[in-house]
Amino acid sequence: MTTETLTHGRRLAVPAKYVPILVTACLFAAMFVAGGVRYEGFASGQVILNVFIDNAFLLVVAVGMTFVILTGGIDLSVGSVVALSTMISASLMAGPGWPPYLVIPLVLLIGSGLGLVMGYIVHAFDIQPFIVTLAGMFLARGLCYTIGTDSIPIEDPTFTAFAQTRIDLFADLWISPSVLIAAVVVLGAAYVLHYTRLGRGVYATGGSEQSALLMGLPVGRTKITVYTISGFCSALGGVLLSFYMLSGYGLHAVGMELDAIAAVVIGGTLLTGGSGFLFGTVLGVLVLGLIQTIISFEGTLSSWWTKIFIGLLLFVFILLQRLFSARRRN
Amino acid sequence: MTGPAPGAGPVPRERPCPGGAVDREGAVEMAALAPILRMSGIGKQFPGVKALDGVDLRLLPGEVHALMGENGAGKSTLIKVLTGVHPVDAGEIELAGQAVAFGSPLEAQAAGISTVYQEVNLCANLSVAENIFIGREPRRWGRIDWRRMRVRAADLLDRLELDLDVSAPLSTYSLAIQQMVAIARAIDIEARVLILDEPTSSLDAGEVEQLFRVMRALKEQGIAILFVSHFLDQIYEISDRMTILRNGRLVGEHLTSELSQVELVAKMIGQELADLEKLHGEAKVFDRPLVEARGLGRTGAIEPFTLTVHEGEVVGLAGLLGSGRTEIARLLFGADHASTGEIAVGGVPVSLRTPRAAMTHRIAFCSENRKSDGLIPDLTVRENIILALQATRGWTRPVPREQQDELVGRYIKALKINPANPEHLVRDLSGGNQQKVVLARWLILEPRLLILDEPTRGIDVGAKAEIQRLVARLSDGGMAVLFISAELEEVLRLSHRVGVLRDRRLVAQLPNDATLTNDVLLETIASGGPA
Repeated sequence: MTTETLTHGRRLAVPAKYVPILVTACLFAAMFVAGGVRYEGFASGQVILNVFIDNAFLLVVAVGMTFVILTGGIDLSVGSVVALSTMISASLMAGPGWPPYLVIPLVLLIGSGLGLVMGYIVHAFDIQPFIVTLAGMFLARGLCYTIGTDSIPIEDPTFTAFAQTRIDLFADLWISPSVLIAAVVVLGAAYVLHYTRLGRGVYATGGSEQSALLMGLPVGRTKITVYTISGFCSALGGVLLSFYMLSGYGLHAVGMELDAIAAVVIGGTLLTGGSGFLFGTVLGVLVLGLIQTIISFEGTLSSWWTKIFIGLLLFVFILLQRLFSARRRN
Repeated sequence: MTGPAPGAGPVPRERPCPGGAVDREGAVEMAALAPILRMSGIGKQFPGVKALDGVDLRLLPGEVHALMGENGAGKSTLIKVLTGVHPVDAGEIELAGQAVAFGSPLEAQAAGISTVYQEVNLCANLSVAENIFIGREPRRWGRIDWRRMRVRAADLLDRLELDLDVSAPLSTYSLAIQQMVAIARAIDIEARVLILDEPTSSLDAGEVEQLFRVMRALKEQGIAILFVSHFLDQIYEISDRMTILRNGRLVGEHLTSELSQVELVAKMIGQELADLEKLHGEAKVFDRPLVEARGLGRTGAIEPFTLTVHEGEVVGLAGLLGSGRTEIARLLFGADHASTGEIAVGGVPVSLRTPRAAMTHRIAFCSENRKSDGLIPDLTVRENIILALQATRGWTRPVPREQQDELVGRYIKALKINPANPEHLVRDLSGGNQQKVVLARWLILEPRLLILDEPTRGIDVGAKAEIQRLVARLSDGGMAVLFISAELEEVLRLSHRVGVLRDRRLVAQLPNDATLTNDVLLETIASGGPA
């Protein structure tokens, strides 16, 4: 089945750019079917929705990461910014007792601001994003500990309400408000990428920065904007994580930047930029989440197996990308 | 600068157009009196180099104007200054009578000056339509109207007589087509001035014709085209007037029809053309074989061949692209492994399994791709030249700085590398000078066999002649040279013997005597055997 679709795709309708995403989709379907055959109660819609519920924050962060990687950059600071956001939210609500409608905009502003500054440094001084965002990663993580070294619980009623609300869909299926927010972010981001000049500028910059410049596109502004978007998404991811965890802690989301990058790559976006789709990133997050689900269904496997599977998958996908780009060159 | 040269009359030659509407003719004449673009006294200084000094340029509407000069004469800088890539240091630019100064290519575009560069500067990952319209996409209610964009792109390409799938990624099309798409993009921006910077260097004859057809159509529409090319025949076919630069200065402005090719070349290189026919002195006898390949071959790359290169001999390799020229060179340099046959150097059988092994036998190889294989752009001229010498010594024994300076200084002088500054970054050198740096790097090793793969491609007439003279001089000094070039004339001029390749087979080895001509070579390549 799978191979048939692929060979068809090469010769007929499916353009080459959709092939990586198709591979991921097939992988997801295969994993779901395999899980359904192996475990009782696996093959239900709620299992997939639970993946969304447990990974809504990762999805939002990965959306920001997609923007950055599409320009050919990388943002290592996202995990730390998520942690910083949970920390700021929790401390402001616990200590001075700020209301959520002040705290959340403030956190989003801080996250975006951090992204803006990193983007500006990347652009203005022409420094590798890797090193700039690495600095940002240490900075944000360190800032968490200036607020507090311990976990701060969140008891604000709005937050707890968000954490406990179930939005019922049809037929016993339900999602959390976080999933709704993540869905809005995904749709908004997809619209921006496909239907606005900013979005097309992102692809052009990733395709060839030099050409984009000579075609008169605002490359500098685009780069600064994607890091700002990533910062915003990280902060929003942090807010969603604090709904989920109901606490702020400097050790939240350690290594989440790598999960986000993994999701984007598995979703078929080229690390060199210029090629990929937001829908692929959604699939990437789903695949990562489904691996966790399968391992929890298995019961006897330690959760570290998640990492092993993600590692293997990444190898496979990077090799696939290599094959595709090699064939395109020929 | 007063009065540029003859033929700078204010009225350009217009083909008389019988029966043309009177007012249109009048308009053409009015426009012709006023150049659409006038640059005067342009100066530009880079660290250590005066790139432009008092250069004037006038473009008239509806003309193709060639910008001529050697590599490093300042053509690219002039274009970059005009389009706002670099700020001007001195002088004025007037567009349609108004003083302008562009801060970026975007501003220049908005004012109607579009540029198509030598390398296609488009994003190959985006669709054809998007490449034409990106930055100016048709929008409806703030969102990009993809359908209208595709329709308009197809219309535009139709005007250039191109029928493409506009939603396919640009990368699916050939370089030539990509070039046309770049032009389509340029003219959609209501261009009044279109700059084509070496658009033809990677196109074949048919594609060049297609490009010229497009250029003529644009000319009819009153667009002024500034055209840069190294191919003199093309310049004479398409251009109306030309401006010649040398070393960042204006040499003159001429009507193409009033300047012969020989005069043009003389003006470009600033001297009468050296008599290239007499490159080699009297006939030599080659009796000391240096490198002998017997039945050497590599499956799928080149069929087994037997080739001997003697000391002091220049052996040319002629053949079409992909006929196996480079493959022979790579085998002799140990860059590829031979699947059959053997090599002897100086009569002793050797095994050349790696380039390093070849280098110890003093075989040097200048690859055809100087940008990707040869030079490290961010190192200085000195560091690039020393690289191969250092590699043969190993990193534990650095070449003393004094020796470096002495060697580098000698080769900069011998090869006339310009600017003659060993600490200049290679990135900032022109193509011809970069090629000389690659050559210097290998010459410093004092090779016995020097393999040159397309050493003169993409460099200008003057530098070409210099490199040819250098090869002749080296072989007179006893060095064996294997010379690969797509230009038959060049092969004929330099070689003592010519190996002809066809379909990955060495089909003939012809001594270069009076009977060997261009036509004989062509005939041999075409027929696949000695004529």
